[in-house]
Amino acid sequence: MSISFDRALGIHEQALGFRAQRAEVLANNIANADTPHYKARDLQFATVLAEQSAKSQRGQVSLNRTDSQHIPADGVMVGDASLAYRTPFHPSIDQNTVDLQIEQSNYAENSVQFQASFTFLNSKFKGLVSALRGD
Amino acid sequence: MSLASVFNIAGTGMSAQSTRLNTIASNIANAETVSSSIDQTYRARHPVFATMFQSAQNGDRGSLFADQDNAGVGVQVLGVVEDQSSLMPRYEPNHPAADAGGYVYYPNVNVVEEMADMISASRAFQTNTEMMNTAKQMMQRVLTLGQ
Repeated sequence: MSISFDRALGIHEQALGFRAQRAEVLANNIANADTPHYKARDLQFATVLAEQSAKSQRGQVSLNRTDSQHIPADGVMVGDASLAYRTPFHPSIDQNTVDLQIEQSNYAENSVQFQASFTFLNSKFKGLVSALRGD
Repeated sequence: MSLASVFNIAGTGMSAQSTRLNTIASNIANAETVSSSIDQTYRARHPVFATMFQSAQNGDRGSLFADQDNAGVGVQVLGVVEDQSSLMPRYEPNHPAADAGGYVYYPNVNVVEEMADMISASRAFQTNTEMMNTAKQMMQRVLTLGQ
């Protein structure tokens, strides 16, 4: 019997990765708070989750092979559906849609959720360690 | 790890805001710099910000839609432009720099506007440093994994 890390750690590893990625997107919004014509972006957890589960169900997008001599070709994903544009609450004169307060609160929220994912992941490791020690 | 790029993004933000602070300092310092001709008079300077995107060469996504795909990797200062609004001529015949008609030209610097801009730049700089701090805490937390 072997320990499968993928099965033991569950979704928390991917969740941690998602939080780190979202931190990058929000950081970019805050850095561009004064850039004219910049449109604020955000990653949506629900869309990323749906995308990931769809990918694990049917594999990657690829061409059908009806003959053994066909060359296998993986499809290229154009665009990232989960990376959406934020809807602004009020218009601004320089067409910038960054609302600094909203971005800051999202960044703080994301940081707390990162900590939550980390705590879950850490407890999984602690569980594994105590299972190995057996005391 | 994408958390490391938060440091880069915050760094570009801080650099852009300090360029902005520099131009504001230059504008305020030269607010009363008079000259005897329109061509030589100081004009208010303003930086132009633009979003930086991952370049197609070193990025892992070389698609044509790269700008739509990724959220950008920070902010850059494209250049510093001079304000083209009109200068202020004043009739001061006793001024040593007065021209033949007795006029001196004052720069088109609006000091109140510059002060408001300065506070905005300083707050934006502060936000960038806080963002960097938070990212640092997140990374340090990850380092304690399994302890």
